[in-house]
Amino acid sequence: MEAGTGGHGARLRARDVTIHYWLERSNSAFLAVDGINLDVHEGELLSIVGPSGCGKSTFLNAVDGLLPISGGSLTLNGRAISGPGRDRAMAFQQPNLLPWRTVMGNVVYGLELQGRPMGEARKHAQHFIELVGLHGFADAYPSELSGGMQQRVNLARALAIDPQMLLLDEPFAALDAQTREFMQLELLRVWSETGKTAIFITHDIKEAVYLADRVVVFSARPGRVRQIYDIDLPRPRSLSIKREPHFLAYEDAIWGCIEEEVTAANEAARG
Amino acid sequence: MATVRDKSVPEEPAPAARGDARRTELRMTDLRIPGRPGRLRRYEPTLIGVGSALMFLIVWQAVASARLVSPLFLPGPLDIVDAFVVLFAQGQIWNDIWVSGQEVVYGYGLAVLIALPLGLLMGWYRRLNYALDPFISFFYSTPRVALLPLLILWFGIGIWSKIAVVFLGSFFPVVINTIAGVRNLDAGLIKTSRSFGATDAQIFRTLALPGSVPFILAGLRLGVGHALIGVVVGELVAAQAGVGLMMAKAGATFQTAKVFAGLIIVAGTGIIITGILQRIEGRFQAWKPQNNT
Repeated sequence: MEAGTGGHGARLRARDVTIHYWLERSNSAFLAVDGINLDVHEGELLSIVGPSGCGKSTFLNAVDGLLPISGGSLTLNGRAISGPGRDRAMAFQQPNLLPWRTVMGNVVYGLELQGRPMGEARKHAQHFIELVGLHGFADAYPSELSGGMQQRVNLARALAIDPQMLLLDEPFAALDAQTREFMQLELLRVWSETGKTAIFITHDIKEAVYLADRVVVFSARPGRVRQIYDIDLPRPRSLSIKREPHFLAYEDAIWGCIEEEVTAANEAARG
Repeated sequence: MATVRDKSVPEEPAPAARGDARRTELRMTDLRIPGRPGRLRRYEPTLIGVGSALMFLIVWQAVASARLVSPLFLPGPLDIVDAFVVLFAQGQIWNDIWVSGQEVVYGYGLAVLIALPLGLLMGWYRRLNYALDPFISFFYSTPRVALLPLLILWFGIGIWSKIAVVFLGSFFPVVINTIAGVRNLDAGLIKTSRSFGATDAQIFRTLALPGSVPFILAGLRLGVGHALIGVVVGELVAAQAGVGLMMAKAGATFQTAKVFAGLIIVAGTGIIITGILQRIEGRFQAWKPQNNT
């Protein structure tokens, strides 16, 4: 009941999306993303990988509505994105928890900003605290939690507003290797239970292949869609799938693609 | 679902295996656990502090009793106690405390009343900060007691000149700390709030305000110190009544023990108010990571 509209993911459509940044130091515009064409299907988990600085986070920020696009069109369920909205929720690489609020206070934060009645919001939040496996930690402060647990809170906070689309910007990048693997497993479980559309940004190819229905490779800056791989692996996926030849083949192919990108970019830079 | 979850939360501390539970509990008392305070350890700071203060008083009394120095210059602790008794028996001190107290309460209260909202506004609206910063910088870098001749000229030697100097003393620490608190807002938190569609007013209320509380409390505490400096120095320079004036008069008539008595009243007030504010600060910082010191 609490999961609300679970199952109704959003459709994202990007056509020739370009994004410029203003660089204060050199007082000039910088082209971060150049002509992205991409469709994200309803209920799909899509990963974006690419060399660092390729504009993948920039693109995600634009999808969230935090950054305006300078050209092209970016639509969600057919409507142009003009700012942050209830239909999307972002989880950043840093947990960005309010340190003076408890786990409950943090998970309820998004609902509070939307002006939901507090009693109902807390009940709703409790459901997501349990969904991400933090039962019994509702009254703990972020400083009392491990990095992995903080990311769980971050995820629960994003899920609690019941978005149609979940935007994940390298949420596990700062975690240690083991915690990270388990968080991937957890994410898949939560994702399959809620049925949201999700975009997952990462620089870890293994992570991208393990999680996603499709993996999009961005080119070196300015970001463009270089290649899209359909990941045809059965779900639910256990962690051991990462050692299967099928999985490794995907990983190799994508790694090859990125390597070409990086070499090309380096050569271009050299001369 | 439950089984999946069981497998998937490996990082939370696992409870001790069931068989071991009772044994562990029984042996807790004689286990050496780093970080667990010993029985005396908890009171150690107080015990040592009180001990060293007592030691100091005893040595002081010994030196005074031996009359190595004339009591005119160095009265002993017991002489000061006598001076206290006389002071309160005469009753004049109550009026002095009342007058000085009024000066501090009005000056400090007024300063906080204006500095707090102004600091919040200046921290939040960058342009207001640009406009007012020159004045703040000017006054903050001027020793406020240097303005006393002017203040006495303007407000006379009654309580208003002292209220003014107390006001100026405590105003700036509060305003500057409040600005810093609002400014200190974490960029990642703002981005997160924006991503949830927060309005500016919501960001102010849910991030800037609670985030600046520790800074504001520290500013309030600093302000108390400055307020006490202001009232004492103000009364030393020119006043009709007050603890500072009492001390000035006692000093001028070589009643050294009485000067010390006044000093203790002022210091005691400072310690009590600062202590209360520290308590409040501690209360607001339950979320801060605990450190074992």
